[in-house]
Amino acid sequence: MPVEVQSDLYRAGILTILPAPLPYRGDVRIMILLGVIIAILAILYLVGRILGRQPEGTINPAIVRMFHQRVRAWWLMYSILAAGFLLGRAPTVILIGLISFWALREFITMTPTRRGDHRALFWVFFVFTPVQFVLVGLGRDYYPAYSIMIPVFASLLIPARISLAGDSKRFLERYAKIHVGLLICVYSLSYSAAVLDVQIEPAVAETVVPSPGAETPAETPREAASGVRPDPNQTPITITAEARSPAGLLFYLVLIVQLADVFQYAWGQLLGKRVIAPNINASRTWEGLIGGVATAAVCGVLFSWITPFSWWGSSIMAMILAVMGAAGGMTMSAIKRDRGVTDYGTLVQGHAGVLDRIDSLCFAAPIFYHLVPFIARLQ
Amino acid sequence: MSLTTQVLSMIAKLLCGSSVRWVECQPETCQRVYFANHTSHLDAMILWSSLPRQLRAVTRPVAAKDYWEKGIVRRYMAETFNALLIDRKKFKVHRSPVELMIQAIGNKYSLIVFPEGGRNTESEMGEFKSGLYYLSKKRPDLELVPVYIDNVNRVLPRGEIIPVPLLSCITIGPPMWLENGEQKAAFLERAREAVQRLKEV
Repeated sequence: MPVEVQSDLYRAGILTILPAPLPYRGDVRIMILLGVIIAILAILYLVGRILGRQPEGTINPAIVRMFHQRVRAWWLMYSILAAGFLLGRAPTVILIGLISFWALREFITMTPTRRGDHRALFWVFFVFTPVQFVLVGLGRDYYPAYSIMIPVFASLLIPARISLAGDSKRFLERYAKIHVGLLICVYSLSYSAAVLDVQIEPAVAETVVPSPGAETPAETPREAASGVRPDPNQTPITITAEARSPAGLLFYLVLIVQLADVFQYAWGQLLGKRVIAPNINASRTWEGLIGGVATAAVCGVLFSWITPFSWWGSSIMAMILAVMGAAGGMTMSAIKRDRGVTDYGTLVQGHAGVLDRIDSLCFAAPIFYHLVPFIARLQ
Repeated sequence: MSLTTQVLSMIAKLLCGSSVRWVECQPETCQRVYFANHTSHLDAMILWSSLPRQLRAVTRPVAAKDYWEKGIVRRYMAETFNALLIDRKKFKVHRSPVELMIQAIGNKYSLIVFPEGGRNTESEMGEFKSGLYYLSKKRPDLELVPVYIDNVNRVLPRGEIIPVPLLSCITIGPPMWLENGEQKAAFLERAREAVQRLKEV
């Protein structure tokens, strides 16, 4: 029903400046996936309760604490995703934007800046970050804008603004810190919202015969808005409410990255012998990495049904995501080590440490966004 | 408590993302003097906002009259946070800042003071002014509670108008009192160290 109302508004030309409405709520697969995730999380919660009841000394308390933190973070993450899925596209983008804002806050709080950076930081927090998410929210037509806003405009404006403050001490270092924060916490993470607009080749997207009474494809405002002219010789492709919801890809991304993260940790604990870089992260081992990537491939096959990928395409994608997630974890560990903190959460007492949980997602999201169309072709 | 007060303190809390830690100290409504390091105009607002509601109702930040009486916005803010404005420039006989504070708190209110006097731009804390000593000499029953405010100076540094939402942390430490016969300099140094110690907790 809401979809129809929207299309009325489109016909009237009121909403043509906005991106086409996405078939969001109707996807049964997402409903099933949500059910599966809630069941898994409920089991994990029970496991956590049992772990907490074990007599002292049987299990390493650090592992139990880490387990609790993770499970709590997942509850939060999936509640946000589920809320976004039920409420629609715009709320999802806004929620991801808020997470991004918080992560940036943690990042900048951890990196020492000088007083001269204050105005530049104002731009970073109140201009670049919101504008990035507004542009992503406006849809894929704005890809040319949101894909360069931070790498080009922000990267040139920030050093200029810092230099205006007249403090040259450690200038290059300060510029790099602020810009890296913006790139990782805002730019990269915003691609997980942009995933909602990924368009897949028609051969892969589900073709659904238009229901009687639907307007002819040439006139559908969605196509007019996206600028795609349908081929008259081809069966018209109309994405109806029954088709795939783009939220599926977002769920898949978050799910695989998080699972790969956990399995890397688990394999590392079980078999880990060769630490990759002891000075950066003592718990990341080659065994963990390989085990995690392999397990991610299996998860990719298991969850290929929510994606437009074939089962083996999905396993390749999952492996790439696992590797990118590990790269993100290592990079952020290196930054934390340099600053002498173990967790972003301990930086300021009592905070959850959002950046600790999403570092792998930050690195995986842009790669995922750009690879989806290619992997989807591997049938 | 008025709605604007609540809204403003909520904004202050969101802006500074402040986490509050009570270390060996419980939030109680007994008469206290919270004394803290001073690095930003937001300090008083943040510290006041991070107290529990019942405490806020009976706690008044002490602020400089010359700054907080300029302009409608500042005056309004000072009123909202129930600030006790003290003239730093003109001292009158029997109207010294300490006298004014003692009069204002009566048997009900607690105070928030910044014994460094002005805002500090150095990374090290400045020397404490003697007001805290005279205050506790006249009212030895007041609990002196050290508070360390971390990172608020980056949220709103000296000379800036627009705050940047970084995360800050407020640590409230164990109460102390003026010892019998304790000298002024020794007491002030002890108080300063009490605040400094919270940095490491």
